Amino acid sequence: MSAGQNAALVARIIHHSVVDGPGNRAAVFLQGCNYHCSYCHNPETISVCCGCGTCVSMCPAGAISISDGRVIWDDEACTGCDTCIHVCPHLSSPRVRRLTAEQVMEEIRGDIPFIRGITVSGGECTLQRDFLVDLFTLAKEHKLTALLDSNGSYDYMADAELMNLCDGVMLDVKAFDTAVHKELTGRGSEPVIENARKLMAAGKLTEIRTVIVPGVLPSEETIAGIADVLKEFPGYETLRYKLIAYRNLGVREPYNTLFRSPSPEEMQDLKAFAEQKGFRNIVVI
Amino acid sequence: MLGITDMKQEIREILDNTALTHEQAMMNLSAVPLNYVEFFETTKEFRELEAAGCLCTMNEGNVTYAPRYILPDYEKLLREGCSFLRLGPARTLEDAIMNLEIMYRFVPSVTHYPVYLGSVDKMLEPFIEDEEDAYRQIRRFLIFLDRTIPDSYCHMNLGPEATKAGRMIVEIQTELQNAIPSITLLYDPAITPDDFAAACAECALRCAKPSFANDREYKKIYPVPYGIASCYNALPVAGGAFTLSRIVLARLAPKAKDSEHFINELLPHAVQELCGYIEQKITFLVEETHFFKSNFLVTEGFLKLDNFVGMVGMVGLNECVNILMEKDGVPGTYGHSESADLLGRKIMDRLKAEVESFTSKFCAVNGNHFVLHAQVGIADDYDISPGTRIAIGSEIPLHEHLTHCGKFHPYFNSGVGDIFPFDETADRNPDAIVDLIKGGFAQGMRYFSTYSSDADVIRITGYLVKKSDIVKLDNGIAVNQANAMWGLGEVKNSHILDRKVRSFAG
Repeated sequence: MSAGQNAALVARIIHHSVVDGPGNRAAVFLQGCNYHCSYCHNPETISVCCGCGTCVSMCPAGAISISDGRVIWDDEACTGCDTCIHVCPHLSSPRVRRLTAEQVMEEIRGDIPFIRGITVSGGECTLQRDFLVDLFTLAKEHKLTALLDSNGSYDYMADAELMNLCDGVMLDVKAFDTAVHKELTGRGSEPVIENARKLMAAGKLTEIRTVIVPGVLPSEETIAGIADVLKEFPGYETLRYKLIAYRNLGVREPYNTLFRSPSPEEMQDLKAFAEQKGFRNIVVI
Repeated sequence: MLGITDMKQEIREILDNTALTHEQAMMNLSAVPLNYVEFFETTKEFRELEAAGCLCTMNEGNVTYAPRYILPDYEKLLREGCSFLRLGPARTLEDAIMNLEIMYRFVPSVTHYPVYLGSVDKMLEPFIEDEEDAYRQIRRFLIFLDRTIPDSYCHMNLGPEATKAGRMIVEIQTELQNAIPSITLLYDPAITPDDFAAACAECALRCAKPSFANDREYKKIYPVPYGIASCYNALPVAGGAFTLSRIVLARLAPKAKDSEHFINELLPHAVQELCGYIEQKITFLVEETHFFKSNFLVTEGFLKLDNFVGMVGMVGLNECVNILMEKDGVPGTYGHSESADLLGRKIMDRLKAEVESFTSKFCAVNGNHFVLHAQVGIADDYDISPGTRIAIGSEIPLHEHLTHCGKFHPYFNSGVGDIFPFDETADRNPDAIVDLIKGGFAQGMRYFSTYSSDADVIRITGYLVKKSDIVKLDNGIAVNQANAMWGLGEVKNSHILDRKVRSFAG
């Protein structure tokens, strides 16, 4: 199959993003995730639509219909009110399109002079790995860098075809402790930690990111744990560590009322802690 | 013709205005009598078009006794000194700063303040020895400029190379939060290091400066070095512009039967009338008034007559195109439809060709032709967009907007620019702003300005003001900066604070 033929479920394309890697980038969000984090800020990207049709009658703009058990979304009629994702009982969204890499590149054609690369996020992007290979092949033809924003469940370095095209991975380290990680995501932390080590060794670790939820996740333990794993590698000090303050915007019920956001002081304390552990390039957002 | 009663009324308004400083009152008074006298005859056609607001002399009146924009050769001042001012060559950083401070006081321009301060980073760099001491001196220099040149049309240039002095200026500006001076980085991605460009972008988000000029394009235009003066005017150094008059396309378009009538008849006729007027005005300035005969800037060679150009300004392409599309019965609006943009380019092609077909006795530096300028508007333009800008409220997605700029900026050899405010998402990643500028410049864009939506210092149309000064003026309290008054008018009339704020968050 030639490059660009593998279709993926695309939840959203952002034409200019400053938070998805270095410089100005286009960001492509894929639908579907193998984690089920309670604090997820875009939970509507977790599941692939099962065609139940709950959203169809609820849409105030009449932009959703159902045909042959498939939910169809009318981009033109949609007003972006988000009712559909709020009523979806399955953590999904009807506003997902099946696009090939060529179609995605066509949508961002006008952005190419202004961006230095593409970042693919999710959901969990590696679940649609063949599409990534197609998209990154096309990205390279346009001299764009290609980054993955990924949850650490995929064995990246075992996939030489993908990693030869990918410039780096922005890796979520949600928790170092495997029991905590399992409780949060449904899976243990071992593959994530192993991936951090292998990506670092291969020079493909662009960034580590940890979401800070005070009183729920042991953030210091996670920072200290990952520091221990990475400190044997050159470049460890300059590796970007992004500490992301939990915000309840977009988080589903009942979790949106269970967690609280960290204060700016708590974030600064964690930054200082990470510095103590040897990180020098820490971004707090 | 205005009479003595009108003059008395005009004077009275200035005398009673508590929002003017003494200096501002004096300068306003000096302009009053010039509206009551004429020294050369204009044509009937010109007067009709002017009365209809289609042609506009930018409040200059017919009496011009100094060039509108002056870009002295300050490097000569530092190298050789100035005999009129009894200054020797600069040997230390202190000398260099003092020489500049003194000469700035004697550079007139339309505002009576200097609209060009020179490539200050390059001029100061050779004198920097002790960096800590240099930082302190440059900081005081920048405060001195802000307080003694109370007019943000005054413009400092940086780059394209990164220098210690340039980095200091950028760092100090971020701290001082002054509206004055305006600053432009002459930016060439092949010469300017990325980290300095990013430092400039970060400074711009905090205090609306520097802007970025496309150095690679601008340095091709004149056979002599150029500088950025006043709003964003690209003009020859050791020269400048005699005068600027403009055509208001938005007011000419309603007189047309359709777009063909506009492009083939109304527009060429108006442009020829405008050029004829500009030529008359320059002739009066050069051949009759004192400036080019006796001013020390000319006699000592800081300025050369041959390095001056006449500027033909234009405003309101956005509105002009929309009016003509409607008359043609074709759907689509400027910036949003290919056919509207195509019409915009046809109008600009004709405008440029008409300006270039006029031969002047002057303007040797530009082959004896006037130079086209995207004028930013004056305070009493209502619903007329600056130059070729897309109207505030009709902005298109960021990358498309920059691509649109790339199509329209290349028409303007003497200055054009667009403004893109950002929200706080940009603060954490100024590299992203640099990516946008690189992309825009590669597409032909010539000038990019930005500021952060929560900054106090913002760009009005081409110049800077502090939002806090606007609030004071609105309450009748005087502020030092003369052109903050124009800013107040623009905020009230032109929706400046409603300009689309861009976000990198999607």
